Amino acid sequence: MSKQHVTTQINGNSVEFLCETRQTLLEVLRDELHLTGTKEGCGTGDCGACTVTVDSKMVCSCLFLGVEAEGKSIQTIEGMAQGDKLHVLQRKFTEHAALQCGICTPGMLIAAQTLLERNPDPTEEQTRYWLSGNLCRCTGYNQIIHAVLDAAKELRGAKS
Amino acid sequence: MMSEMRFESPQTLEAAVALLSGHNGITKILAGGTDLLIQMRGGRVEPTLLVDVKSIPELTSISQNNGAFRLGAAVNAMQMSEHEAFAQSWPGLTEAAMLIGSYQIKSRATVGGNLCNASPAADSVPALIAAGAIATIMGPQGIREQKVEDIATGPGKNSLAKGEIVLYFTLPPRAPHSADAYLRFIPRTEMDIAVVGAGINLTLNDKGICIEARVCIGAVAEKALLVKEAAAALIGSTCDESALEKMGAAVSAACRPIDDKRGTKAYRIKVSSVMARRAATIALNRARRTH
Ligand SMILES: Cc1cc2nc3c(=O)[nH]c(=O)nc-3n(C[C@H](O)[C@H](O)[C@H](O)COP(=O)(O)OP(=O)(O)OC[C@H]3O[C@@H](n4cnc5c(N)ncnc54)[C@H](O)[C@@H]3O)c2cc1C
Ligand code: FES
Ligand code: FES
Repeated sequence: MSKQHVTTQINGNSVEFLCETRQTLLEVLRDELHLTGTKEGCGTGDCGACTVTVDSKMVCSCLFLGVEAEGKSIQTIEGMAQGDKLHVLQRKFTEHAALQCGICTPGMLIAAQTLLERNPDPTEEQTRYWLSGNLCRCTGYNQIIHAVLDAAKELRGAKS
Repeated sequence: MMSEMRFESPQTLEAAVALLSGHNGITKILAGGTDLLIQMRGGRVEPTLLVDVKSIPELTSISQNNGAFRLGAAVNAMQMSEHEAFAQSWPGLTEAAMLIGSYQIKSRATVGGNLCNASPAADSVPALIAAGAIATIMGPQGIREQKVEDIATGPGKNSLAKGEIVLYFTLPPRAPHSADAYLRFIPRTEMDIAVVGAGINLTLNDKGICIEARVCIGAVAEKALLVKEAAAALIGSTCDESALEKMGAAVSAACRPIDDKRGTKAYRIKVSSVMARRAATIALNRARRTH
C-alpha cells in the first residue's frame, strides 16, 4: 500500500513520517514514531487515554488521522517535562498519588495542562467537567482533582 | 484486505465537489471524524476516497450578514462557544453543540457531521431545526438550499445526493425578545446519548405575547421531529402554565419512540413533555432579557 508523506511539528521538533491513510495519529505516534507515552484505552473516543494537543486544542488521537497532522503542531506527554525536570502537574500527580496503573495518566496530564492554560484558577467543578472525557479505573478521581488544583495554585503563586 | 483509501484535503469547494463526483468508488466526507473514524475502524464504512473539508474557508467559519449568522458546517462545538456574538445570539444551539461528548470530542465534533450522520439522538439537530436553520448544499448540479428538518431521513440516512456537501447553515436574523434553548435528558451528567432532547426557539412581542415559536424534539422517533402543534400552543399566549401544559401534551402526542436500554417508550413520551416545558421556560426567560 502506498504511504503518504506528512510533515508536522511534534513537541517543538519538525518531524516527517510516512503513514497509511487509514492510520490514526495514535497509531503513528506509537507504532511509527515510537512515542509510546500516549496510550490506547478504547480506540473510540470514550476514555481520553490517547489525549494529545493539535495546534493547542486537545483531541483524542485515536479519532484523528495521521494524514490530518500535515502542517500541524502536536504536543504529547513526551514534551511535558523539561529534560529531567518534571512539569508541576507531573510532580503534583506523584505527590498526591494521583495514579496507580498509569494508563490514564498521560492523557489526564495533557488534559489538565490545557485546562490550566485556559483557566489558571479553575473551580473543582470546572476541573471535574474538563476532565470528564478522561476515564480512570484506579484512583477514584479525587487524588487527580486535588493534584490538578494544587498544581494550579503553585503555578499561580509562581506568576505573582 | 481492505482496498486502498485515497485522502484529499482540498482548499476550495469546487475542488471538493470535483473530487467527490469524479470518483468511482465509495466516497466519504471527513469533518471532525468523531462518528466516521469509529465507523471506519469497525469496518462499517470502507471509503476508497476520503475528502477532508476542514481546509475550506466557507465550511470552517462563522460570519454575519445583516444580522443573520452563517455557521460553517465544519465549525466545531468549541469554536461555536468561543465565538461570543454567535453564542450570545444562539445560546440554545451553542449549548446543544457543547453537550456533544467530552472537551476532546467538542474540539472536533461539527454540527454538519452531527446532522449528516443522522443519529436520531443527535443533540445539535433539534436546536438547529428549532432555530429555523436553512442548509446550503453544493453538489455536481450546483448550489441548493434545504430546510434542516428535511436532511436527516432516518437512522444513518440523509437526503444528500452523491457528491453533495453541506456548506453552511443560515440562521434567521434575531428579532427583539427572541431566544432559544436546548435540553436533553441522559442517565448521568456527562458523556452519554440523549434519551430525549428538546430544542425551542421563540419570539415575544413588546407585551410579552409569544408571536413565533418552533419546537423540535430528538431521540423520540427515527429522526428529530418539528412539532407544529406544540408551537401553536405557545403562539398567542404569554407562555403561562396552561400554554406550557398544552405544548408539552402536543410534544408527547407527537413522539413515536422505541424501547431501548436508555428508556422505555412510555418513559420517553412522558419525559419529552417535561424537557420541552423546561426548555421553553429557559428560552422564555432569555427572550424576556433580550431587546
Ligand atoms: C465519545 C463520544 C461522545 C459523543 N457524544 C455525543 C453526544 O453527546 N451527542 C451527540 O449528538 N453526538 C455525540 N457523539 C457523536 C459525534 O461526536 C457527533 O455526531 C458529531 O457532531 C459528529 O461530527 P463530526 O464532525 O465528527 O462528523 P464526522 O464523523 O466527520 O462525519 C459524520 C458523517 O457526516 C458526514 N459529513 C460530515 N460533514 C459533512 C458535510 N459538511 N456535508 C456532508 N456530509 C458530511 C460524514 O461523511 C459522515 O458520514 C459522540 C461521539 C463520541 C466519540
Ligand atoms: S483510546 Fe482514544 S479515547 Fe480511548
Ligand atoms: S491510574 Fe489506572 S486508569 Fe487511572
